[in-house]
Amino acid sequence: MTTETPTTPKAPGRPARIAALLGGGAPVYALLAALLVALAVTDPGFYEPDRLLAFIRRAAPLVLLAAGQYLVIVCGQFDLSVGAIVTAGVVVAAELYSEFPGAHWLVVCAVLLGAGALVGLVNGLITTGLGVPSFITTLGMMLILEGGVFFWTGGSPQGYLPDDFRAIGRDDVFGGLPWAVLVCAVVGAGAVALMRSGFGRTLIATGDSERAAALSGVRVHRVRTVAFVLSGAAAALAAVLVGGFSGVSAQAGSGLEFEAITAVVLGGVLLGGGRGSVVAAMAGAFSLTALFTLLNLQGVSGALESTVQGAIVIAAVGLGAADWSRLRRRSPSRGGPPS
Amino acid sequence: MLTMRDMTKSFLGNRVLHNVTLDLVPGEVHAVVGENGAGKSTLMKLLSGEHTPDGGRIELDGEVRTFAHPAQAQAAGIGVIHQELALLPDRTVAENVLLGREPTRFGLVDRAAMERRTAELLDDLGAVGIGPGTPVRDLSVARQQMVEVAKALAADVRILVMDEPTAALAEHEVAALCDLVRRLSARGLGILYISHRLREVFALARRITVLKDGRAVTTVATDDTTMDAVVRAMVGRELTSYYPPRAARARVGDPVLTVEDAGNERLARISLSLRPGEILGVGGLQGSGRSSLARALFGAAPFTTGTMTVAGRPLRPRRPRQAIGAGIALVSEDRKGEGLALRQSVRDNALLVTRAVPGRQRPPGDGALAELLARVRLAGAGHGAGREVRFLSGGNQQKVVIAKWLAARPMVLLFDEPTRGVDVGAKAAIHTLVRELAGEGLAVLLISSELPELIGMSDRLLVMAEGHLAGELPAGASEEDIMRLATTDRTALARKGGERR
Repeated sequence: MTTETPTTPKAPGRPARIAALLGGGAPVYALLAALLVALAVTDPGFYEPDRLLAFIRRAAPLVLLAAGQYLVIVCGQFDLSVGAIVTAGVVVAAELYSEFPGAHWLVVCAVLLGAGALVGLVNGLITTGLGVPSFITTLGMMLILEGGVFFWTGGSPQGYLPDDFRAIGRDDVFGGLPWAVLVCAVVGAGAVALMRSGFGRTLIATGDSERAAALSGVRVHRVRTVAFVLSGAAAALAAVLVGGFSGVSAQAGSGLEFEAITAVVLGGVLLGGGRGSVVAAMAGAFSLTALFTLLNLQGVSGALESTVQGAIVIAAVGLGAADWSRLRRRSPSRGGPPS
Repeated sequence: MLTMRDMTKSFLGNRVLHNVTLDLVPGEVHAVVGENGAGKSTLMKLLSGEHTPDGGRIELDGEVRTFAHPAQAQAAGIGVIHQELALLPDRTVAENVLLGREPTRFGLVDRAAMERRTAELLDDLGAVGIGPGTPVRDLSVARQQMVEVAKALAADVRILVMDEPTAALAEHEVAALCDLVRRLSARGLGILYISHRLREVFALARRITVLKDGRAVTTVATDDTTMDAVVRAMVGRELTSYYPPRAARARVGDPVLTVEDAGNERLARISLSLRPGEILGVGGLQGSGRSSLARALFGAAPFTTGTMTVAGRPLRPRRPRQAIGAGIALVSEDRKGEGLALRQSVRDNALLVTRAVPGRQRPPGDGALAELLARVRLAGAGHGAGREVRFLSGGNQQKVVIAKWLAARPMVLLFDEPTRGVDVGAKAAIHTLVRELAGEGLAVLLISSELPELIGMSDRLLVMAEGHLAGELPAGASEEDIMRLATTDRTALARKGGERR
């Protein structure tokens, strides 16, 4: 039982500090720093401004997906459909251009974002309204979208993406600053602002304890559905970048959902919800991209990427689930907080 | 046939049984009664081998036995029917009754023999209408209990322990169970009957042992005692704590909350009113519907019938958000599961309600939050509101829960066991705070299993029994008064039995 009385304030003890560090994603920043150093050592030219910006541009779609995935994971769900949304987005954009060759790129982007948000809405409504676990809902959505794209295009997408559309994924706004970097920065700032807002705090609290949140008046279903909508929209935005960067392909987004989940987990975000920061999740996406770049430079086969990714997911979740309070027992002299 | 002598048991240094001695003769129904937490269930678990005693011994037919495992107790002829039934819901009645002792034929289970034997056992018990091939899930709780008894008989038990067997039964089912108990004792079984419903106990038992705070206060023959005497033995204790003085101000003004003839599947005919500035205590035994009442008022397990008004306007909240919007707050008895998001900071928890229900009250800024945390006397409130609440003590966690609600400026505060699991200092702080809040004009409903707390804090008391209000008592009522109302349900039971499906 507790012995603390109201007159003896105590500073948070060691487990609290360790947990705070983990929650703040400190390990991922250390990892990212280590990878960037390793890149510099391997490839001295890496830090030339245009190459660095090119690296960020390459990482940008995954960063967007990680931000969206973070919102879903932190409230206790999964979104496996984002890779398929990217693929579908790219293909739909190409088809739109073959139907309406003169369409303005802003209109096409708006249609894609709307469609991505709509897919997210369906994911959210099915998960919360019907009580289908999100793992299943979004897995089903992924298969539906992939099958739909395959059926529609016969496996080889027709159409092309005009240069003004592709500019977002591959060109610069001005003075050597790529569009993708700008999009990344804006979305990142937006995500940080969102997570500091009342909605963001409510979202995390929902992931932490659905019951406590509901009994505090949180509209749990609505909050979670909004997270799915934002994840879907983020995936559509990633589709715009991917389409611009690598053009039309029926495999444009394949595997991205697992890369996004890996990035989020690498950022120290707790699967099941309730802990982790969106900045750390995005740093996880940069780390993953940096790691793949490094492996590539070291001459490791690209085929091993998924192997590496699998090992990372397991290790990150395993470390995140470790019982840090054991440290307290090993150092009893420090005195832990009442538990 | 059975003697338990000087049974002693501690959990985590907390002694829950002190030298309890109890004996049982064949054909006897021996009741064990006591308040919540008196040690009844622990005593039975020592007998059934679920716990091993720290001291004392169990003698069976004069022979000292030790049970390290429930299977050993069962082999010795001791059967236990728990409050929560232990049947396999998807198996048939026959499969459950003869679990582990299925008749076989050529090495295979003989289903026909199994069902025949089960039907015989059930007939024996006078349990009609239970098909041996029915899945247990499809039976009512009362019938599942019959199956449990049949299962015990199939194992040839001589001693049957029944732990609160009527807690989940409707009135007409209780009568059938009482018949069954009489029939079993007539066959020579010794029955230990645990209950806090004294009416049944007096109807069934030959002797009664009263437990209080882990001690056997008395063992008496039913014929030589009265319900009042047993109730006195169950409670009589000194008021040990000091409670803050009642507010002097007169309670005037219209009720802020009224309930008229409301009910749901757990509650029936609830009528009450709550005025600003008063603390209305709600007493009753575990499972009497106290928490259900709080959850119904809060919309978490809503009333399905009846009317309710909040601040003069009709409103029967169907979900918590609605109740919160109207100014009702619930400090739940499950602090960790329902009160807090444990990994979140003190600040995020304290602001959760105001953020989730924006129409009610704007989330306080840093200054207002610091004031609020000081107000609820959160230890180390100055240390920053960034600490995760899971690292706080139980008392400080409870203060964060209270702060969460106060931030939304409620009119009605429902407290369900607000001081459970908090240390003495925090308890006193919470008592003082509750009194202060009432003094400021909030209406408080206080549920507590601790009778001294209930008596010390309440301006008025309601006592619940079996989902209805058994009566109202003025401030200064005695523990005996409360227990009498909580255990001897005279009125309204028959009517209620009809209403509850």
